[in-house]
Amino acid sequence: MSQAAPILEARNVSKYFHDPLTVQVLKDISFTIQRGEFIAVIGKSGCGKSTLLYVLSTMDTDYEGDIMLEGTILRGKKDAELARIRNNSIGFVFQFHYLLNEFSVLKNVMLPGLKKGDSSEKEVEHRAYEKLRILGIQNEALKMPNQLSGGQKQRVAIARALINDPLIIMGDEPTGNLDKKNSDNVFDIFSELCSEFGQTLLVVTHDLDFASKTHRIIEMEDGRIIKG
Amino acid sequence: MGKLLIIRISFALQTARWRQTMVAAVGVAFSITMFITLLSFMAGLNDLLDGLLLNRTPHVRLFNEIKAPERLPINLAPEYQSHYNFVRSVKPKMERLQIHNIAAIIAAVEKDERVLGYAPKIGAQVFYNTGATDLTGLINGIDVTAENKLFFFSDYIVAGNFNDLNTIPNSIILGKEIAAKTLTNIGDVIQVTTSKGDIRQLKVVGFFQSGIQEIDKVQSYASLKTTQNLMGEAGSYITDLQIKLKDLSMAPAMAKEYAGLFETDAVDIQTANSQFETGSKVRTLISYAVGVTLLIVAGFGIYNILNMIIYEKMDSIAILKATGFSGKDVNKIFLFIALSIGISGGIAGLFFGWGLSAIIDQIPFNTASLPTVTTYPINYNPVFYVTGLVFALITTYMAGYFPSRKASKMDPVTIIRGK
Repeated sequence: MSQAAPILEARNVSKYFHDPLTVQVLKDISFTIQRGEFIAVIGKSGCGKSTLLYVLSTMDTDYEGDIMLEGTILRGKKDAELARIRNNSIGFVFQFHYLLNEFSVLKNVMLPGLKKGDSSEKEVEHRAYEKLRILGIQNEALKMPNQLSGGQKQRVAIARALINDPLIIMGDEPTGNLDKKNSDNVFDIFSELCSEFGQTLLVVTHDLDFASKTHRIIEMEDGRIIKG
Repeated sequence: MGKLLIIRISFALQTARWRQTMVAAVGVAFSITMFITLLSFMAGLNDLLDGLLLNRTPHVRLFNEIKAPERLPINLAPEYQSHYNFVRSVKPKMERLQIHNIAAIIAAVEKDERVLGYAPKIGAQVFYNTGATDLTGLINGIDVTAENKLFFFSDYIVAGNFNDLNTIPNSIILGKEIAAKTLTNIGDVIQVTTSKGDIRQLKVVGFFQSGIQEIDKVQSYASLKTTQNLMGEAGSYITDLQIKLKDLSMAPAMAKEYAGLFETDAVDIQTANSQFETGSKVRTLISYAVGVTLLIVAGFGIYNILNMIIYEKMDSIAILKATGFSGKDVNKIFLFIALSIGISGGIAGLFFGWGLSAIIDQIPFNTASLPTVTTYPINYNPVFYVTGLVFALITTYMAGYFPSRKASKMDPVTIIRGK
């Protein structure tokens, strides 16, 4: 695969919701994401930005057009293959942290790494500690998720997204549940990941303040990209 | 690595709901316990009831029945071959009950690989004389050693020693009911009248009780020699040859074969006692039906707990899928939960079932009709344990199948966006 290939490319992506009426939520969307970009997707509620994110994330496979991850077309791949792509190449941060309460913070971070299965449990643990250190929560590693504050939980979720060194991190309103201080904190982490580690990030957000600080803003309206 | 991870996750999900998981496992354990106990107890009872008769019944019995001849001379004569010949009032000819050529038959039977053992026997019709009345009776002349080896004769001796039949001449072991009727004790002498009118005196050396009153009221045992003397017959006089086979199921075929070969009558155990087999089959069927029903009920318990875990852990399922677990992995996680409930409950059930059977085995069970039985009968057949475990695994797998499939088909997007 050539170096020049964009990390993620959408070509004429359209999507329809059929229930209760057929509505076109994404209209012929095309754009590319290059390595190391920090992109915010903004737009009003219902403009299709989250839908776009889930289509790009491979979790939603019901769309028209093509999506390419590092030049590989994702259409037609099987459930297990897509799961492996998510595991290896995409990190997720959602509005809600979705930590498993039955596992410690450390194990939560380690789970996708263990699923990947290409390195020993020791190595995965080492990597998990590293990610937690980057996010400044290495001291909470052995606690259970319900012993952490909301901001800390979201940082654990970010560490989990990072564990397999993904090509791209996708965020769906990652600061939506956080107060100003924690939002800033998460933004600082994202921008540090981008500047220091060259991490590519694609974040859907309502927070214009947050978006204004990113490298590139994609603004959507009514299922189309109107800017960016 | 991948398998281990799935096992770890399913354990974590179980421990999060350990109380319900426990209840489901206890449900399985209970049903397996009852399944094992029920089958062991039923099979024990079956063995007991069958043994009551079948143990004492030869697999093949050779004898000579007095009956009208099947082949009449006229049918053999060449000039009447093409006719229908009607002969009225055909009567059995004067014939003795003994099996002809017994020595040759015994020699042949002894050589037969399929035969476990044989015991010759004489049936002698007598009257027991007590005071002014006579009681009808039957003295069985037996080869004491062979009879005991093949038909557990000593099990039914309630007083005295069966070996005395061999050592004390003209001795008899009386049925318990006869002894009670004639007020005879061990050491007393009883007077019998044979079918030919001879009167003999026999020394009572013991009592037997078969558990079947009709037998105890009529039958007595003596040695072959004593009986032959009683009848005034020679040493070759044998009326029955009882044969026990290595494989019971061969009895009907062998009975037919022997009847042709030795020109005697032969009856097999299946023909003589068909109702016993039917009885045990139906009883076994009922216990299996009850056991399987219990397991299915336990299966619904597992189905419920898995559904509950899935509804509670929808978020976890969604994030597992988002972070790279495929539908198949999620399916495996929940199937593993189901099977671990099934296996742990099943194995616990096997132990409890064994324990409960062992307890029942200790409960006293005394009945006049079964002198050798002192506790409730239990059959510890390993087949029940294997069947129980296999059934437990099958039902839990079935119970886990649909919830697991639901979990694996769950769309993470709808769950995550629903928040």
